[in-house]
Order: sequence, then C-alpha cells, then structure tokens
Amino acid sequence: MPPDTLSDSPESDVTSAVTFKDTELTLGIPGEPTRSPAGKFCTKRGFIETVDLNLRTSTSKPRGKTHADEVDDKSDDVVSGACKTPASKTQVVGWPPVRSYRKKALESCKYVKVAVDGAPYLRKVDLETYNSYQELLMTLEKMFTCFKIRGNYLGESKVIDPMKEMEYVPTYEDKDGDWMLVGDVPWKMFIESCKRIRLMKSSEAVGLAPRTPPRCTTTT
Amino acid sequence: MMNYFPDEVLEHVFDFVTSHRDRNAVSLVCKLWYRVERFSRQRVFIGNCYAISPERLIARFPGVKALTLKGKPHFADFNLVPQDWGGYVQPWIEALARSRIGLEELRLKRMVVSDESLDVLSRSFTNFKSLVLVSCEGFTTDGLAAIAANCRFLRELDLQENEIEEKKNHWLGCFPDSCTSLVSLNFACLKEINLAALERLVARNPNLKSLKLNRAVPIEALQRILMRAPQLVDLGTGSFVLDRDSDDSETYRKLKATIQKCRSIRNLSGFLEVAPRCLPAVYPICLNLTYLNLSYAAGIHGSELIKLIRFCGKLQRLWILDCIGDKGLEVVASTCKDLQELRVFPSDPFGAGHAAVTETGLVAISSGCPKLNSLLYFCQQMTNAALIAVAKNCTNFIRFRLCILDPAKPDPVTMQPLDEGFGAIVQSSKRIRRLSLSGLLTDRVFLYIGMYAEQLEMLSIAFAGDSDKGMLYVLNGCKKLRKLEIRDSPFGDMALLRDVGKYETMRSLWMSSCDVTLGGCKTLAKKMPRLNVEIINENDQMEFAHEDSQKVEKMYLYRTLVGPRKDAPEFVWTLV
Repeated sequence: MPPDTLSDSPESDVTSAVTFKDTELTLGIPGEPTRSPAGKFCTKRGFIETVDLNLRTSTSKPRGKTHADEVDDKSDDVVSGACKTPASKTQVVGWPPVRSYRKKALESCKYVKVAVDGAPYLRKVDLETYNSYQELLMTLEKMFTCFKIRGNYLGESKVIDPMKEMEYVPTYEDKDGDWMLVGDVPWKMFIESCKRIRLMKSSEAVGLAPRTPPRCTTTT
Repeated sequence: MMNYFPDEVLEHVFDFVTSHRDRNAVSLVCKLWYRVERFSRQRVFIGNCYAISPERLIARFPGVKALTLKGKPHFADFNLVPQDWGGYVQPWIEALARSRIGLEELRLKRMVVSDESLDVLSRSFTNFKSLVLVSCEGFTTDGLAAIAANCRFLRELDLQENEIEEKKNHWLGCFPDSCTSLVSLNFACLKEINLAALERLVARNPNLKSLKLNRAVPIEALQRILMRAPQLVDLGTGSFVLDRDSDDSETYRKLKATIQKCRSIRNLSGFLEVAPRCLPAVYPICLNLTYLNLSYAAGIHGSELIKLIRFCGKLQRLWILDCIGDKGLEVVASTCKDLQELRVFPSDPFGAGHAAVTETGLVAISSGCPKLNSLLYFCQQMTNAALIAVAKNCTNFIRFRLCILDPAKPDPVTMQPLDEGFGAIVQSSKRIRRLSLSGLLTDRVFLYIGMYAEQLEMLSIAFAGDSDKGMLYVLNGCKKLRKLEIRDSPFGDMALLRDVGKYETMRSLWMSSCDVTLGGCKTLAKKMPRLNVEIINENDQMEFAHEDSQKVEKMYLYRTLVGPRKDAPEFVWTLV
C-alpha cells in the first residue's frame, strides 16, 4: 500500500508540504508533479551550505538543507543513473553525524619529521601547509640553510632549475615503511602516505636514475 | 506488611536495588518508602541538567555521593547547537559545595566546565574519588592541575573526547608523591604530556588498572610504563611509533617482551599514530581481548587490521574504521564469534569520499556474529534485502544505528526507500531501545516503528518521512520513547501539537530544519508550562520575533520542574 499522497491528508500543513515537495531530492527538473517513492532517485547534488541558507531573508524560501536555489541555477548539474559521487559536493552541516572531536582527530595533522644526513637534530614540518612539492622543498632549504636540495622533480606547474647545486636527495618513508624518492606521485597522494622525510646525501643515491624534468626554463 | 519493618531494614533491602529506574519506582510506592529511599540514595543520574535544580537535588537526596549530569542535546556533537548554548556545571558544584554534600564521584557529559569549577570541586569534597568528563569543554590543564594537586584520594580521572586547552603547566606533576590511589587515568584527548612525571606517577600507583595515553607517548616510553604496570586491564597506547631509527629492533624486542607480560589486558585502544612494523608486538595480548578500539588508528591499514583481528577470537566489542572494508568484516565475522558490539566509523569523517564498507560487510557480520546487540555502522550504501537478512540473523539488537553517508539515499539495487529494511529490524529485535535511521525513508518506516518498537527509548531521524503522519506514528506508538531528535524532515505543527502531554513523558525533543512554526511552538509552550520550549535562532532575533507563521530553524524542548533557565544566551528564546 503506497503511502498517502498529499491530497489524502487534509490536516497537514499544505503550504509546508508543498514547499518541501518542491525541494525534494529528485532527478527531475523542479516544478514536475509529485513522484511516487519509486521515482525518488537519489541525486548527488550538493546541499547548500548553511551559511547560504541563513543569508536568505525571504520567508517564502523553503526550509531545510535543500538545493532549491541551486537547482534553478544549475539545472545542468543533474547526475543521471544510479548514485555516483560528483566531483564537487558541498557538505551538509552536521552530516555525517560524526563528533567534532573525532573529525578533528582524524583530520590529517600531517606533521612529519625531517632528517638531514649529517645534521645534529631533526625538524618537523606540517605537510598540510604546503600545496606543492616546490613549496615544501623551498621551506626545507630554508630550514637547513647549509644544504642545497636537489629539486629534480615534476612539479605541478613550476620546476626548480635543474642546474642548481645538488647535494641532497629528498626521500620519504611511506605508509608501508618503504623509502621512496620525493616527487614521483601527485602531491595529494604524497601527503597521504608520507610518514617522514630524509634528505639523503647524493653520494648515497648512487645507482638511482635521477628524474629528468621536461625541458622547462621556469624558475622559482 | 513492610510498614512494620524498621526503616533500617527497608534501607538494607533498598541497598540491593541499584538501578536508577528501580530506585525511582521504589520511591513511588508510598510515602514511607519515598522517605527511606531518598535518604539512602547515593547515586543520582540527571539526564538533563535543566530538568531540575541543584538545590532540589540536594534537598531530596542529601546523601548523594555519586552524580551524573548531562548538558547539551545530543545533536550538539554534530555542531548543530551553537557555542554558549549552556550546560554549565558551575552552579551544581557551587551548590553541592555550599551544602557540604559528601560528593565522591562526578560524571559529566556535554557540559561546560571551567577551571574555576574544577578548582572548587577539588577543594570542596575531601573524599572525592572519581571525575569522568565526556565531550566537555571550557577548561584548561590548569583545572586538571587543581584536581591532581588537591584530591588526595583520587582514584579515577577519565577524560574522554574533551576539548581542553593545554597550558605549559605540567599538570601531571601536580599529583603529590603521596598520591598512590589511582586506579584509572585517561588523558588520550590531550596533545602533550610530561613523560617523566607520567612514568613516576605510574611507578607509584600499583593499583592502576586502566591507563589511556596520548599522542605524546612514544613506544619507548610505553614500554617503560608497561614494565611498571603489568597489572593493567585497560590500555590505551599513545603513539605507536618509534622515536629513533637506530634503536629500532632493540626497542621492538623490548616492547614485545614487556607486552607479553601484560596478561591482564582485556581492553585495548589508542594507536593514534602507528608504525605498522611494530603492530605484531601486540599479537600475544590479542588473544585475551574483549574490547578493541582502533577507531582512531588511521595509520593501520586494511591488511594489517585484518592480521591483527585474526588473533582476537574473544572479542565482544570492536570499534574500527571503515578502511577495514567488507572483506575485513568477513574476517571479523569468522573470527569474533562472541561479538556483541560493533562500531564502524568513517575514515573520512567529512563524508566527501567513499566509505569502504557496504551492506555486504554488515550481512557477513550478522551471519557470523548472532550475539550482536549493538551496532553503529557508517557505510556507503544499504539495501532492504541486506537489512532483512540482518534482522533474521540477529534478533537481539538493543542499539541499531545506521548511517548511510549520502543522505536520503535509496536502496541502490531496487531504488526503493529503506522502509522495509528498517521495518524488519524493529520487528525482529523486540527489545530495541535505540535507533538511528538514514537513507531514503517514507512515512511507512515510522508506521513500522510505531507498531513494533515497543521498547524504543531514543530515535534519531534525518532527511526522512513525507508528512506529519510519520512523526505521529512514532509519538503514538512508542510508549517508552524518551528522546526524539529530528532534522531536515517534513514534520510540522500538526504532528507537534497532536498530543502535547506526550512530551512530559519524555526527556526531550529536538527538531531542526523541519516544518514546525513559531506559532505552533508558542501554542505548545502555552499549553504545557512544565516544558521549556527553546527556540535557537542564530540570526536576526528581531525579524524572527513577529512572524508566527515562520518556520523555526531549531527547537529544543524538554520537561522541567524548574521553569525557563536563567542562563540562556541571547540567541535562545524560551517560549512561555
């Protein structure tokens, strides 16, 4: 037995029910007649951030964390078929229901130790504060000012001048405990898996083919 | 007949009645029993600190020794309640101190605690033994220093998931040398700790049974601590990483040897950072574990998790991250035959990514672990068929909380709502007390809940239902309902006002982003003077005040004997 439709429940607040129905999660264009539950496909549209909702002053706007306004602007945003995660998805406040303490704890607090062969003590850097290999290596250079770091890698946009003096090779220990050359994987993947960094003397890196960046003259 | 017994006999009999509910029932039998019970009650539980005042608590139970207080509503955990809403413990501690109550134990949840409160607490109760703070905030390590310094007979200091500002004060060093009574110490939620003070403290407290360390304790220190405390039953490791490469194998060897001596450990948690190579050191104690909490161990990956779990044949409670995957859950199902409680948390709590578990993992667990009675499961998707299978396999659920990460997502196979699946759960688990719903749901699921969930006490609803009927099914059917929290669902004034007396039988009702209007809330408040109907409005209060037809963003109502609270902030409007 299908659930009652709006017309069978005269007591319910028609205004509120209509506005909610209008803003229900569906695949179709807003303004279509009410659908049966079978037609309620999930859409992976983003929900409007609460901040946006709070700024709306008109009382005719529907309540609830819905995408009503977004639908008008971005009708081409509809995702068809079974639920696929879209590229960008704004977050609903308080969802998923995970305690903020837990959220903070699991946030990548990516402080990793940096060791340089020959230096008397280690340093720590927060990988989250950098956006690219270049930024990281530049900071490391400043931290260990006596040493010049080989910046031979495929950066996201810029490439360090390969003609720079090369004494140390940046390496890192990944989640599996293996020592890897910095720069092979995309930056995001790197910060996910990097456990600690070691600047290895170039002389120890004998036998490892250096990465050759494309011929590019862009400098820092 | 009982009237002819002296009060002492009654009291002695009542000593055997320990649960709060039973004692409450006892006190209602007659005036005599009420009197005897109230003077003999030592443990008091107050589920909503605004339902009663400290003065009335003291007046009725002058012998109270152990007090539990809860403050903010549950949805405060998810940032739905603004800062400064309330829940202050200060007036309670002040009143108890003034009245010279012999307080020994204080347990607080979701309350605002200040350093001053902790200081007064530490100085006012000479026999104070136990402080447990869960999800509290507002204090610093200065407050902890006062507790450490002044509570001479402290047995328990348990800090669970609190937001604590850390000062440079080495609070742990404030425990005097004469402090040798500690049984339980948990500071896992702190970021720093004075290692030397910690080791000395552990060394002089031989009765320590429960110790939960924080991130700042590396393996080397853990090993030394375990050497001093092989009698531990409950261990939370800190950072399970080595400090220096050069001592790798030696430290590992020592750790392994030390852990093997800790034959009493039954509960294991922590691993806030992990060096996977060191994990095998704990395998020997896994055999004895009944509780394993790896829900903060983001550094342990699927395959290592699985290897570890294969050793844990006696587990009764398991808390893990979803990176265990469906395959990992199948291993749990075949290994942990005594499993009663499972919590699978999202490793990406911001919900933007993919949860690694689906209905497959849950069905496997239900099939392998028929004793399962408590579930918290964050997953990518769920099907009706899976829930129906789970309901068949496990009929003993007391707590069933399912969170499909994508709100209002239907059964991906049939594209149907999950009404039938949840309906099967409540129909087969007749003793279910707590239920959290998610996924696409119509009014029908509430029909089922109202029909079958006779013991239900707490229900959490989000993005569900079609109309007021849904909420009415629940309010009418669930006779034992105590807490109802609803967000983003189309329930309005009609449902809210149908049975206003119901709310006095409940602790509280939360509704946010629903269809209840200011007018509806006002009507309710007028009819029910013993409810506090709070409107939480973070926006322009003035604009809001005049539109009865305006929908209320957040409403929190609760029964109370003491009227509107006097500490409400500006953005909270208590309707009268």
